[in-house]
Amino acid sequence: MAQISQSERNADRDEKVSPGKLHTTQYIVVLVLAALAAGMWRLQILGADSYRLLAEANRVRKTPVLAPRGKIFDREGRILVDNYPSVSCYLLREQRKDLNADIPLIARGLDLPVDQIQATLRRYASSPKYVPIPLKQDITPDEQAFIEAHRNELPELETLEEQRRLYPRDGFAAHLIGYVGELSAEDLNSSKFAFYEPGDVVGKSGVEETYDEVLRGTDGSRDVIVDSHGKEVGQLGQQLAIPGKDLRLTIDLDVQRAAELAMQGHNGALVAMDPHTGEILAMVSRPTYDPNQFSVRLSKDYWSQIVNDPDHPMMNKALQAQLAPGSTFKIIMSLAGLEEGVAQSMHVMCNGGGTFYGRFFACDKHHGMVDIEHGIEWSCDTFYYTLAEKLGIDTIAKYATEVGLSQKTGIDLPDEASGTMPSTQWKQKTQHQPWYAGEVISVGIGQGAVQVTPLQLARALGGIASGGVLKRPHVVFPEELPPAMLSAIQSTYPGSGDRVVSITPENWETITDAMAAVTVTGTASAVHLEGIDFAGKTGTAQLVNHSIGGNTLLTGNARANAWFVGMAPRRNPDIVVAVLAEHGGWGAEAAAPLAAQVINAFVTKQRKKEGNLLRLTDAPKPAASPAANPEGVPTALATPANRPGPATATAVKQP
Amino acid sequence: MHRFSSFRDFDWMLLGLVLLMSILSVLEIKSATLHTRFHGFDHKQIGFLLVGMVLMFLISLIDYHRLVDVAPWAYGIGLLSLVAVKLVGTTVAGGKRWINLGGGVHFQPSEWVKLVLIVTMAWFFWGLAGRRLSWADIAKAFALIGVPMYFVLKQPDLGTALTYLPVLAVGLFLGGIRPKQTAVLVLLFALLGGGAWLSGKRLKSYQMERINSFINPDTDPRGTGYQIRQSLIAVGSGGLWGKGTNQGTQTQGDFLPIPYTDFIFAAFCEEHGFVGGVGILLLYFLIMMRLIENAQQASDLPGAFIVMGVVGVLLFQVVVNIGMVVGLMPVTGIPLPLMSYGGSSILFTFLALGIVMNVRMRRFVN
Repeated sequence: MAQISQSERNADRDEKVSPGKLHTTQYIVVLVLAALAAGMWRLQILGADSYRLLAEANRVRKTPVLAPRGKIFDREGRILVDNYPSVSCYLLREQRKDLNADIPLIARGLDLPVDQIQATLRRYASSPKYVPIPLKQDITPDEQAFIEAHRNELPELETLEEQRRLYPRDGFAAHLIGYVGELSAEDLNSSKFAFYEPGDVVGKSGVEETYDEVLRGTDGSRDVIVDSHGKEVGQLGQQLAIPGKDLRLTIDLDVQRAAELAMQGHNGALVAMDPHTGEILAMVSRPTYDPNQFSVRLSKDYWSQIVNDPDHPMMNKALQAQLAPGSTFKIIMSLAGLEEGVAQSMHVMCNGGGTFYGRFFACDKHHGMVDIEHGIEWSCDTFYYTLAEKLGIDTIAKYATEVGLSQKTGIDLPDEASGTMPSTQWKQKTQHQPWYAGEVISVGIGQGAVQVTPLQLARALGGIASGGVLKRPHVVFPEELPPAMLSAIQSTYPGSGDRVVSITPENWETITDAMAAVTVTGTASAVHLEGIDFAGKTGTAQLVNHSIGGNTLLTGNARANAWFVGMAPRRNPDIVVAVLAEHGGWGAEAAAPLAAQVINAFVTKQRKKEGNLLRLTDAPKPAASPAANPEGVPTALATPANRPGPATATAVKQP
Repeated sequence: MHRFSSFRDFDWMLLGLVLLMSILSVLEIKSATLHTRFHGFDHKQIGFLLVGMVLMFLISLIDYHRLVDVAPWAYGIGLLSLVAVKLVGTTVAGGKRWINLGGGVHFQPSEWVKLVLIVTMAWFFWGLAGRRLSWADIAKAFALIGVPMYFVLKQPDLGTALTYLPVLAVGLFLGGIRPKQTAVLVLLFALLGGGAWLSGKRLKSYQMERINSFINPDTDPRGTGYQIRQSLIAVGSGGLWGKGTNQGTQTQGDFLPIPYTDFIFAAFCEEHGFVGGVGILLLYFLIMMRLIENAQQASDLPGAFIVMGVVGVLLFQVVVNIGMVVGLMPVTGIPLPLMSYGGSSILFTFLALGIVMNVRMRRFVN
């Protein structure tokens, strides 16, 4: 056999492999094993600490324990915003698998668009892998069942129980309360949210935004031990969630309800305030929206519906609508005229208007001979054209600015507008043109460039009726906040704040008595409230310049805005209500009844509660002479100690 | 011609080292499969070891010269079995490597071809009768290894195919390749490699992908980046003394991939630290030194060739596997001899050691 023969042939050759080569292989073995040992040294001795951290990061996962947000109550402790338990779906990224492959199945099971899931994934791409991605909030029982049924195919889906916001239905007080939402990518880039993490739910508007720090709790967490499939196999420790604190608003649910009912079917805003303190009692803006739709992920349809609505449902018109105040501005004109000593002696003949600076300005009626009292009561334009001509724009602007126009009030709500009060300086600054004297005429009746918000108007007129005491409006009791936070909020929302405007008692009496006459024999006599000392001023602000003055209302979007500012009682009022009915027409017809309803509801409630039928019907004489005060400031009126004393009379009809 | 030696001449010391290593292997397999559905693999491994030892004793009974004589036949059958795999093999995890022999027994021809190649190399270089290697001889040696390697690569099984290379290298080295020839070969391969590098930018981008997959494991669909990363974490977090038996978080938490086979060294290093890992390296060192000593004592050329072939294959597997585990080498899927779980690997190793024993027992020429 050939094979045997070969081995036989070679049998006599006693060749051996040279020892040198075998020694070489020994060295190679040593060298190679030493290299491997060096590799181990690098990892296990030099890199041990960092790899230990990585190993811990692998097996320990932080799962959030979400803190419930604080509830929101009205001033009497009645609940406005509650929480309800809900289940959210999260996506874990610590899996070994390729998540993109699962997106279509997840999209189907959770009823989400594929591109939305992809966008969410991209948004979280830079955050650490152990941070779960919120996929969908408030999932339905069906979707929960889907997740349970696909535990094996989709182990990356995790459900988490949390508390969600439950807002009043039908947009009740929606603008005031605001809503919460997940932080967006843009939000995270702003310094305001420097300490927040993606997915955090924060207040995005209204009280929810301003008082986010109070309402939001501190999320807790659990350190759980997981295996590579994300399955929980143990727990290392936990940090309990600290629930957010409850918040009591100055809102009176009964007044708010009356305001909501009054504004039903109108566009515009209503704000009710206690002028003694600046506490907001009710705030309504129309049209409204449903914040419950915002607390869960917003549907595209609802969003486009809101955004495309020409009536701006998202806008809190009580603070953000900046419109000409119309004749309500005549109260400020009267203040300026009386304090300057001009208006007391003025008697103007109204023949349906007058000619000023070569142009005829109309009045809606032939009022005959008009003095300051009747000027307010009848809202005679001719009287105020004349007064404006006498005062000049800068004097008017001075008083208007003193009562808070063209500045934010400093209310503790986001995005307040400041309005506009024209003056020579203002015109030079904004339009680089000199002021033409003739422009002052239309300013005299609250037209022209004058723009106010309903809140500014309520505060200004309420402040004048309170003897010049203006308060910073607020929706949360300052004494219930930590001082540091209070000052932080006041610096976040700067404004004219608390201030006292000097008003001589006689002028105070003249203006307030005339405003009381408005609802009795004046422009708003149709809304007279029997037994309530109800004062106010109507306003009808024309929107088209050529129709200013006179009695043209026009129609549709050019129809005049109706205003009414009402209060009770006439002096040192307990409530002041400003109503704006956009394109409502006559202030007396469209706005005054709404304010009357709210004031009626408020007064009725106070009387029932206190059993004091007379309290709100006082019409006290102005307090003791302010002469004692060297600055001439009626400080006596500014203190609550000198609030209306014991009842002395039933409803007083003046003048 | 050769005096038959008794088992007194058996290398009991080598066997002792191998058994010590096998015990460590079984214990680590037990730990690595503790909480998995592979629980009980340690017992199966003991079974493989017992079968392996029986085969080792049996093969040591046949004079290795007989084995060398039948090498051409064995080589032919080996090639046929590789072709058979291509025709009737079963596909497991994307590779056609196994022939189902029925009764749950699977046969992996590429493993025993490794053994055949070691003996074939001994046969080939013995036939050259110690003369200087011509270029034709070198080409033949390349062809002998290259043909079966091609089949295995096509299965595809890169890992096993690569283990054929050390057999060739050891053969050429011991067979007397001259420095000039080595230089030419090295230059040739360098040119081939460089040409491939320059000719295709694809190669470059492919390598970029591998680098990316290493940095960011999620982008690597095959998960090799993830595997390496978890392996490095396992080894590194073991530190000096390790986390203790059954205490490795990477191993027990199923983060470390296949911790009972290819990544068993990572599992061992995690639980027993640098000290334990170096202990294993020390055992390998002792085993290799003992093997080389046997090669030195071999009575003739084929004996030394066979032993050194075994040394080459074992050392190669150790380097590639541990190199992969500690991040010095890419993932190739080569088991760690004497440590990794698996019948084919155990049977090959013990058969190879059996032939070494065989050579040792016949080291005294009459």
